[in-house]
Amino acid sequence: MDFNLSDEQRAFQDAARAFAQGEMAPYAAEWDEEKIFPRDAIAAAGAMGFCGMYSPQELGGMGMSRLDASIVLEELAAACSSTAAFISIHNMATWMACTWGTEAVHSEFCEQLVVGEKLASYCLTEANAGSDAASISTKAIRDGKGTGDDYILNGGKSFISGAGSTDVLVLMARTGANDSGASGITAFAIPADLPGISYGKNESKMGWNSQPTRTISFEDVRVSAHYRLGAEGEGFKIAMKGLDGGRINIATCSIGAAQTTLNHAQQYIQERKQFGKPLAAFQALQFKLADMVTELVAARQMVRLAAFKLDNNDADKSTYCAMAKRFATDIGFQVCNEALQLHGGYGYLKEYPIERFLRDTRVHQILEGTNEIMRVIVARRILEEGATDIIR
Amino acid sequence: MKILVAVKRVADYNVKVRAKSDNTGPDLANVKMAINPFCEIAVEEAVRLKEKGIATEIIVVSIGAQAAQEQVRTALALGADRGILITTDTDLESLAVAKCLKAVCDNESPDIVLLGKQAIDGDNNHTGQMLGALTGWAQATFASELTIDGDSATVIREVDAGLQTIQIKLPAIVTADLRLNEPRYASLPNIMKAKKKTIDSTTPADLGVDVAPRTTLLKAEPPAERKAGIKVEDVAQLVDKLKNEAKVIS
Ligand SMILES: Cc1cc2nc3c(=O)[nH]c(=O)nc-3n(C[C@H](O)[C@H](O)[C@H](O)COP(=O)(O)OP(=O)(O)OC[C@H]3O[C@@H](n4cnc5c(N)ncnc54)[C@H](O)[C@@H]3O)c2cc1C
Ligand SMILES: Cc1cc2nc3c(=O)[nH]c(=O)nc-3n(C[C@H](O)[C@H](O)[C@H](O)COP(=O)(O)OP(=O)(O)OC[C@H]3O[C@@H](n4cnc5c(N)ncnc54)[C@H](O)[C@@H]3O)c2cc1C
Repeated sequence: MDFNLSDEQRAFQDAARAFAQGEMAPYAAEWDEEKIFPRDAIAAAGAMGFCGMYSPQELGGMGMSRLDASIVLEELAAACSSTAAFISIHNMATWMACTWGTEAVHSEFCEQLVVGEKLASYCLTEANAGSDAASISTKAIRDGKGTGDDYILNGGKSFISGAGSTDVLVLMARTGANDSGASGITAFAIPADLPGISYGKNESKMGWNSQPTRTISFEDVRVSAHYRLGAEGEGFKIAMKGLDGGRINIATCSIGAAQTTLNHAQQYIQERKQFGKPLAAFQALQFKLADMVTELVAARQMVRLAAFKLDNNDADKSTYCAMAKRFATDIGFQVCNEALQLHGGYGYLKEYPIERFLRDTRVHQILEGTNEIMRVIVARRILEEGATDIIR
Repeated sequence: MKILVAVKRVADYNVKVRAKSDNTGPDLANVKMAINPFCEIAVEEAVRLKEKGIATEIIVVSIGAQAAQEQVRTALALGADRGILITTDTDLESLAVAKCLKAVCDNESPDIVLLGKQAIDGDNNHTGQMLGALTGWAQATFASELTIDGDSATVIREVDAGLQTIQIKLPAIVTADLRLNEPRYASLPNIMKAKKKTIDSTTPADLGVDVAPRTTLLKAEPPAERKAGIKVEDVAQLVDKLKNEAKVIS
């Protein structure tokens, strides 16, 4: 067992850090304040190879392991966790289109998706289907009259990251009966501007302001069958496979953000004096910093373990991904919050980046499966006979 | 046209280096290492010459510990074609490095040798000049612009008085200053491609170079701590202090 990064992993990390510190960090506060979706910076990230990291090389992706992708993403998140999170969602949706797409999908979208010339959204959540994602009601009905090969899409999605600014929608819709549950869901990758698709306003949010979040409505949208991913009824499984990696990504974004706030706090308490001494002279604050770094290192290792399990197609990969997502997004938010506390009133001001990272990481505990749902997944597995011997 | 670029492994410029407690040198344990920024500029310049169709091959060379292979790899990811790693555990002085580079020049016959003007660890600013003396080739140090025409080069140098333009015959030694260019980032595809490029390993002994140090490091100490400043009452007091205490104005 070797816990050190390899030379190549360090090269990935260095490249990502140099890019993120040069092209993202200086602008992140403005993107947040002005709600700017940094298309140019994301395109530049695409040129660096960051937009199709674990997509297959045959389609122009980097073919990297999830572990390597996590190392890169952490550096991007350390600069702007909101933009990094969008890039992570794009990576997930792109991987899905590459993995289950037809040749038509590959040639129409994938070559541009993997390099960030086109961007993708992941569309699962609906107004009445959040945690209970298998209950979605957006319908895709085979068109008996037209060419017969098309689907007609009706319904709507909520909370879709990037929506309105992306080019491709990776979408889950119901092709089965209303009560068909998870097995009646089918996945598609469709052009984001098909006739009948319309977008809601950009939601006003606590964080993640460098990327839009919108509702999407589908009104008699005609979708060719060649846009289908996998077979009919496989959509929920595909969506969940996407999320296994997505959860590692989101967890990683919390780690990167937390690392940055920890760095700031470590400096700040040595510079700031109260009661005639640097804050760092108070043991209460030393212990706080010690706990922050201890928990952050543990969370990072947990994420890397889950990535390793996913890379090795471990039978319990989903359980590890859920544990990592729950743990790292909780710890990540907590570290940001403690760092803010260590900054006193200044941490609350936008002059310092701490409050932005705090706002941005809060949603990581909610999306791509809430942390309660992560516990549902872990509990279901750990209650099985013999599981305590395996999950460890 | 063949270009040889020298790169040095140094502590990353973001690192606050401390002296070892026994004052025998800087404490580099667990310190993040990187390619010397001026060397990176030299690599970038070579890559741009290749992109312009002027250079045909870029060879990158580093002299130092085995770990310097990482910096050679970085240069390969930035666009160099192949690498040479000259390994030694001796603490290298500029002259030893220049002699190793001279040996490589003898073997490779480059048309241009690009180096950083100095490395940010020792800040010596020697190696390029020494290599110039050892090879007898023209040298243009502190370059902020490099133009090649046929078998000569025009170089704009950053000198104390401003900018100086000189013309030199090739082969030549050129050392890069900060404003020569802004290096690109190594992309993931290029890092992966770099893995397949060859790095030949050799040693100073194999090159017939004696790298034994000529000087002895007596002591490495941190600079004196800055004393806290004071607040002056008014402009008059400030002027008085600048005149009579600091003696920077008269
Ligand atoms: C900024 C933002 C961006 C998003 N981007 C996307 C996107 O790109 N694509 C996409 O598809 N979705 C996206 N989402 C949606 C996100 O995935 C959902 O918000 C999330 O899955 C939770 O669903 P919900 O909001 O409907 O909450 P609900 O499901 O209503 O949950 C409310 C609360 O109840 C808890 N809860 C629910 N069921 C249980 C249970 N069985 N046991 C215990 N607790 C339970 C939840 O954990 C939560 O705390 C985004 C959301 C946000 C805020
Ligand atoms: C939005 C806002 C509104 C405000 N409004 C007002 C107002 O109307 N009037 C007003 O007078 N002030 C106001 N304040 C100031 C506020 O009361 C101070 O920010 C607060 O007292 C903390 O002081 P500080 O920011 O200087 O933090 P610091 O004192 O620098 O503290 C930084 C961190 O170190 C910790 N710390 C400091 N000393 C010790 C110690 N000895 N042992 C352990 N931990 C220690 C603190 O708990 C904190 O976590 C406001 C602040 C904000 C952010």
